[in-house]
Amino acid sequence: MRYVTQKVLFFVVCLWAAMTLNFILPRMIPGNPALAMFAKFQGQLNPQALHALELQFGFSHQPILLQYVNYLKSFLTLHWGLSYTYYPTPVATVIAHSLPWTIGLVGTATFIAVVVGTVLGIYISWRRGGVLDNTLPVATMFLQAMPYFWTGTILLFVFAFELHWFPLGHAYSNTVTPGFNGPFIASVLRHGLLPGLTVFLGSLSGWVIGMRNNMVNTLGEDYVIFAEAKGVSTWRVMSSYAARNAILPQVTSFALAMGLIVSGSILTEVVFSYPGIGFQLTNAVLSQDLPLIQASFLIIAVSVLVVNLIVDLLYARLDPRVRQGGETH
Amino acid sequence: MVSEQPVLVLRDVSIAYDSPAGPVQAVSHVNLELMPNTIVGLIGESGSGKSTLATGIMRLLRGGAHLTHGEILIKGQNVYDMDAKTLRKFRWEAMSMVFQSAMTVLNPVMTVEQQMVDVFLAHRPGMSKAEALQKSYALLDLVRIARKHGKSYPHELSGGMKQRIVIAIALALDPALVIMDEPTTALDVVVQRSILEQIQDLQQERHFAVLFISHDFSLVAELASRVAIMYAGRFVEVTESGGLTVSDQDHHPYTQGLMRAIPRLTHEDVVIEGIPGHPPDLVTLPTGCAYHPRCPYAVPLCTVERPEPRDWQGRLIACHRFDPQKAGEFSHVS
Repeated sequence: MRYVTQKVLFFVVCLWAAMTLNFILPRMIPGNPALAMFAKFQGQLNPQALHALELQFGFSHQPILLQYVNYLKSFLTLHWGLSYTYYPTPVATVIAHSLPWTIGLVGTATFIAVVVGTVLGIYISWRRGGVLDNTLPVATMFLQAMPYFWTGTILLFVFAFELHWFPLGHAYSNTVTPGFNGPFIASVLRHGLLPGLTVFLGSLSGWVIGMRNNMVNTLGEDYVIFAEAKGVSTWRVMSSYAARNAILPQVTSFALAMGLIVSGSILTEVVFSYPGIGFQLTNAVLSQDLPLIQASFLIIAVSVLVVNLIVDLLYARLDPRVRQGGETH
Repeated sequence: MVSEQPVLVLRDVSIAYDSPAGPVQAVSHVNLELMPNTIVGLIGESGSGKSTLATGIMRLLRGGAHLTHGEILIKGQNVYDMDAKTLRKFRWEAMSMVFQSAMTVLNPVMTVEQQMVDVFLAHRPGMSKAEALQKSYALLDLVRIARKHGKSYPHELSGGMKQRIVIAIALALDPALVIMDEPTTALDVVVQRSILEQIQDLQQERHFAVLFISHDFSLVAELASRVAIMYAGRFVEVTESGGLTVSDQDHHPYTQGLMRAIPRLTHEDVVIEGIPGHPPDLVTLPTGCAYHPRCPYAVPLCTVERPEPRDWQGRLIACHRFDPQKAGEFSHVS
């Protein structure tokens, strides 16, 4: 129980740090959207109009500390302001429309990559020195070495632009009505396959190689040899004794990889014009949409933190040794 | 129902490790018979091949080691003739092993009882989980571990408790032979003592045969009825443990050296004599008798011809000094 409290406390502190950074960083971008719009009219607007624009966008010249307090207050109450680019849509609505796409795409692709990679890792460690063991790590590493946007562009060019097997972008075709119906789901899958594949290929290698190496180490452990001597079936030795222990570092890697997965998804979404949070964030940065930038950053930071919290709690389930906390021996 | 067939027969057993420089002989032409309900000790320095021999008997050789010569029979059955499935069933049922490393031999992410239950479920397909659990608790009682520790994970237990549990697991299926590979080495002296007493008690209760491997001479001499002394992969002497006293000079020079190396606190002047030199590198073994560079009695003959084990007053000793035909070579030494 102490362990859980510790982790939740840590989560709260991290969240606060992320929110504070999120407050400071956008304010370091020179100018503001009102100024940008003011400049667009090349002197045809008078200063009163600028003031009006600033008011309309909710931009204030209050002391920075007051702004900070208001910021914290409004963020905790989910009042994230209005988006400048999609004015007057509330930022919360923009996010509510884009976040499910990212979670669906990146979440699913990453989940599949972790599962497939781990299973492949277990398999090739079992058949150590076999053909698959000699080729698979190198092949997946080759794929991982390619940046997301490059893999994405190539896939898009070959399979969508040249071969027309897949659409060029977006999350679903505009001929179907969103909802729980066959054509819509099929369209979503067809649109999601290439970007999903990009994320999958880009992250598979780490899981395969990581799991293989953990397994090879674990298979040499005394408790695995002892289990084999006890007469426990090969399947159970592999799963409950070897893989069960070898998977622990994988879980840690997963938590550490979250940040990379999110940033990778931004690139993927831009390449495939996928309406996820990364795509929105890029648009927001380009049009200096401060409320949207802040909200997107925060959502990304919070999701990384939430996943880390989940992983920490899961780790305690998986490894009895961390449950007690305090001193271990 | 003690049958008079030996539980373990080693017939001219050799085990080698693959190395870039060719096979390295870790165990060479070893012969031994172990009768039911007896404890036989196996003594040797680190690297003498004791553990390799133990894992060889279990057919658990790893790291490129393999049986190159000879036969290993357990209850009359050749372990190396079995297919994987038969071996899996036979092992632990007929022979089991207590590993050297009590600390690392239990799976850290499984409770103790789960690991005990696994033995029963693997070997008794019809057995229910509840029944296996009952049997596991009976085993915990046997090694005097409170039943509540069945729910514990290995890291929650002391080293002594872990080793008791490993011993319990080894006895789970009532094997005829239990190999104990330095079962007390990783433990402190007080715990060592209680574990040893427990092993003795259990042995008298359950009548299994023990091959007790150790580098602790006094310990083995006390526990075992017969002792095999291993040097550089060979048995240099196999003897009754009763005769293992310093005053008895009719031993292999290495055995004598080992006996002199035991500190004797009962004597007024505590003299500990080590054996000069180091155990040989198995890749470049000395010619002739492998012990000759460290042997105080060595004569030129010892560097050329390797002595074979011969009978000497009921002992098997591999030394030219105990060969009547060659004793003349030693005439100038006392």
